[in-house]
Amino acid sequence: MSNTVLEVSDLSVAIRGGDRPHAVQGINLTVDVNEIVCVVGESGSGKSVTAQAVMGLLPKGAMQVESGSIRLQGDQLLTKSDTELRAIRGTRMAMVFQEPMTALNPVERVGDQIREVLEIHTRLDHKEQRARVLEMMRAVHLPDPEQMIDAYPHQLSGGQRQRIMIAAALILDPALLIADEPTTALDVTTQAQILKLVREMQGRTKTGVLFITHDFGVVSEIADRVVVMQMGRIVEQGPCEEVLRAPREEYTRMLLRAVPSMTPPKRSPVTGPVVLQTENLFKTYGKRSLFQPKARVVAAVKDVSLTVRRGETLGIVGESGSGKSTVARCVARLVDTSSGGIKIDGIDIAAMREAKFRPMRRRVQFIFQDPYRSLNPRRTVGEAIIEGPMNFGVSRKEALQRARDLMAIVHLPPAAIDRFPHQFSGGQRQRICIARALAMEPELLIGDEPVSALDVSVQDQVLKLLDEVRRKFNLAVLFITHDLRVAAQVCDRIAVMQRGVIVEQGTTAEVFAAPQHEYTRALFDAAPGRHQEFAASA
Amino acid sequence: MSMYGYLFRRLLGTIPVMLVVAVFIFLMLRLTPSDPAAIIAGDNATTEQVAQIRSQLGLDRPMIEQFVIWSGRVLTGNLGESFFFKKTVAALISERIEPTLSLALFTILIAVFVAVPLGVLAAHRHGSWIDRIVMSFSVLGFSVPVFVIGYLLIYLFAVYLNWLPVQGYQRISEGVGGWAQRLILPSVTLSVIYIALIARMTRTSVLEVLSEDYIRTARAKGQSERKVMFRHALRNAAVPIVTVIGLGVALLIGGVVVTESVFTIPGLGRLTVDAVLARDYPTIQAVILLFSFVYVMINLAVDMIYTILDPRIRY
Amino acid sequence: MADATILEPALPASAAKPAAYRKLLRNMGVVFGAAVITIVLLMGLFAPWLGTIDPTAINPIARNKVPGTEITIRTDTGERIKMIAKLGTDGLGRDVYSRVVYGARVSLFVGITVALISVACGLFIGLLAGFFRVLDAVIMRIMDGLMAIPAILLAIAMVSLFRSSVWTVIIAITVPQIPGVVRLVRSIVLSVREEPYVEAAVTLGTSTPKLLWRHVLPNTVAPMIVQGTFICASAILIEAILSFLGIGVPPEVPTWGNIMAAGREVFSLFPHNIIYPGVCLALTILAVNVLGDGLRDTLDPKMMKRV
Repeated sequence: MSNTVLEVSDLSVAIRGGDRPHAVQGINLTVDVNEIVCVVGESGSGKSVTAQAVMGLLPKGAMQVESGSIRLQGDQLLTKSDTELRAIRGTRMAMVFQEPMTALNPVERVGDQIREVLEIHTRLDHKEQRARVLEMMRAVHLPDPEQMIDAYPHQLSGGQRQRIMIAAALILDPALLIADEPTTALDVTTQAQILKLVREMQGRTKTGVLFITHDFGVVSEIADRVVVMQMGRIVEQGPCEEVLRAPREEYTRMLLRAVPSMTPPKRSPVTGPVVLQTENLFKTYGKRSLFQPKARVVAAVKDVSLTVRRGETLGIVGESGSGKSTVARCVARLVDTSSGGIKIDGIDIAAMREAKFRPMRRRVQFIFQDPYRSLNPRRTVGEAIIEGPMNFGVSRKEALQRARDLMAIVHLPPAAIDRFPHQFSGGQRQRICIARALAMEPELLIGDEPVSALDVSVQDQVLKLLDEVRRKFNLAVLFITHDLRVAAQVCDRIAVMQRGVIVEQGTTAEVFAAPQHEYTRALFDAAPGRHQEFAASA
Repeated sequence: MSMYGYLFRRLLGTIPVMLVVAVFIFLMLRLTPSDPAAIIAGDNATTEQVAQIRSQLGLDRPMIEQFVIWSGRVLTGNLGESFFFKKTVAALISERIEPTLSLALFTILIAVFVAVPLGVLAAHRHGSWIDRIVMSFSVLGFSVPVFVIGYLLIYLFAVYLNWLPVQGYQRISEGVGGWAQRLILPSVTLSVIYIALIARMTRTSVLEVLSEDYIRTARAKGQSERKVMFRHALRNAAVPIVTVIGLGVALLIGGVVVTESVFTIPGLGRLTVDAVLARDYPTIQAVILLFSFVYVMINLAVDMIYTILDPRIRY
Repeated sequence: MADATILEPALPASAAKPAAYRKLLRNMGVVFGAAVITIVLLMGLFAPWLGTIDPTAINPIARNKVPGTEITIRTDTGERIKMIAKLGTDGLGRDVYSRVVYGARVSLFVGITVALISVACGLFIGLLAGFFRVLDAVIMRIMDGLMAIPAILLAIAMVSLFRSSVWTVIIAITVPQIPGVVRLVRSIVLSVREEPYVEAAVTLGTSTPKLLWRHVLPNTVAPMIVQGTFICASAILIEAILSFLGIGVPPEVPTWGNIMAAGREVFSLFPHNIIYPGVCLALTILAVNVLGDGLRDTLDPKMMKRV
């Protein structure tokens, strides 16, 4: 038998009712023993379809392999019956998915879910099965396996759940492991640990790994070879070093150029007047009641004090649950503050009544994360943009004229204001949201992860636009992000939050050059591909 | 918090619900245009006699006081005196409870054992002819009134084929065979709408679960379709199915009233109709209060079952 | 930068979703349901011209005749004429065919009226509960209480309070339907409130009434149409049940439930009293339910559950 674990040749998958006839077309790729092959591409590139086709798990009815071959250790998979395929899945090839929460059965103990593989494919008795499961749980470094084997998925953290998934996938030493964005849903520090684990487990058993990701940082951390996909086709493939340092194709170069650098550009300090100042901001959730005297009171935000000046971008960086979005939502008065002050132009709005605050709403505008849900699908984008100004007494005609001007400012055709949101792509919708915010002529613009739902090439454009309008309108910007690369590029200063507290605050250059707090350092260490300058090679 | 603490808290939670029910029933019957005292006194009574009965019944006191007195009595099991049947309502109910309980239990058993497998089958063969038949039956079950089904079944099995007795009820103490035989037609009649409801919900929730990521995980492990269905899908779909079984009891209670009339079964449903026809308010009040209480308790039990079915539901 | 629109291909304008009415016409359930309902509606509307006689006219000499019997009736002018009782006569000698045809009027009137009133009330109360925390607790406690009383029992209790009339029946059927609508509306409001586009409107300074009107209410339209259809079906059903039990619409009024109630005692000898109105009733309710399913599938695929 050769060294090749997986050989996909000339694979085409037909799709019913899509925007193109084939989900993937003419795919050729191989995975060797003891090799990690990363398939990288933006959403809709067909990378997950390729993985599903290999596993024989394409959604029935919607997609179908049209031509080509898929060989696992030389065996043609496409001609196998369902029963034969089932016998191969879990034993010779296994898969790990993106969402560790939803990929585990919520009502079954995690130990049993690992054991399920042994039940299906081996004749071990119950005791032997349990021993193997415990052994595997130890191998993936789960703490206290004896206890955890009886836990339910919701009792585990995201990283632990993904370790369970990996344990279940690898318990029978498959020759091929397919990992479909296994770290995308995880925080950056957890991601680093899982990547390390995949490397370690793969090295131990010489497994071939097909690793699907959209993140070039992850690619540079883990890949031996890289396959770049676009619109269902392979654009370029080659050894990792080669593709990242000297890409041959323009598309790859464009993708690499769009990855923000970890090195912040030089910025001069901003000295404009203070627009936003928070003082000892607290936000707590949950209340003790008569019936639940022991109910937990969770402090989402603790003692947060920060300032943003006119013309300045302050980034709040942190992992999920750090409270960074809650700060933003408190400032925009989308949630009530528990205690502390929020001053806009020196006026404390924290405890103001909604009716009294409403006239001040135009000064603070908000860009949401999900561009698909932040525009009312039933109203034209023009209606969305003029809604705010008309609330403040601007005539419809005047507001519409202004809306057209703003569309031009965000680089969209002014005539498109009569269209509905579904006629725009994600990036374009985010531009419309920016236009809607600008229509209010705000002083403070809050972006709550405004680019994290976008593909990297689109993300780059939206970030440039945000920077452009900040300059043009001399805005104060509060920018919430989990992505250090993005923060490095757009922020003048950054505040690092962990568990509701700001642990470090300073100019972006200072924080990136010499992080003071232990947590900040951990965050930087975990950033995938932190030593790689992707844009430089392109 | 312990299981008992949770149970206790949920029990406390039913108090406001039952209070609203009690207030509603009390007010409703106090606000009727007809005067209960006049009904009791009869047509030939003098104004003084009616007034005397009014004060005997406490109807001349303030509304709140009447409510407090009435609630106090209800809580101690004193449901009042029936105007029409001339005995205590409590005695009346205890006489009538056996047929209704038998009918309800028979129906629930038939319904669950027929509906859940049908729903699972329909979901498993989504889009096939089996699915279409189950769904069509389900819409039909919602649409044909209980009494039409009842009469059709009577005509077919009792009048035409002469296999089963036409109507009536036999107490369980007079022989299990006769008891069961007379319950077959009414239970089947009553179970139709319940089957329609449960089969539909089973199909929907199993279909929903089948699109979940963990189903894909199980398939990626090489698990067989049958095991995927029973070990992963049905277990996760159980909560909405059990919920609808609980909520469906409301339909069942409504159906009991009609079915008992069609089959002349002397149960609580028949009692309700007779009480309404006779404007026997104390009996109407008591029966509705009892049915609502049972309904609330069943749904409380359903909540308890959740904690067994789904470990994510915390006490 | 200006080439952003080129890099990100937008969907062409023609890729917009097909118009709702086209999708509706393609749904078999909607077409079948609407067709049957239209026929029943026309039947009710044109009842006097469909070869019927006075549906309340009692005819002691022609009692309990099987379908197809020739009977003699007396017209308004006192003339005696002979006619065929197509669907037979009931225990009082009334013409079942005429009663069935006229019965369509009451059934549809009750169904549609109950649906309209309960959706309107439920929508109003549900919006209040969903948007105003202070009201929410009180309203939902009352709704929980009402929902704890099985619908038919509540309706039975309410008809016992007033003199029997069509409006008594309508109110008695409507009240138990309202809590369900309130719950549905409230849950829609609560989930729509979380939508970023509603939060965006808040940051744009949109006042609460405008917010409800522009961004929240449109989300309730499709579910309300669907829910209204299902309520219509169960209202027709409950009206028939109440009449059948003898506690609904006054017995002389021709309704399908009343015709069946009149035929109960003599059912095994003269099943036509039950069969014809029963078939009409079942077919009408089936049509409304099938229409509801079709509407839900086309207008509101997310609202799969129906409890």
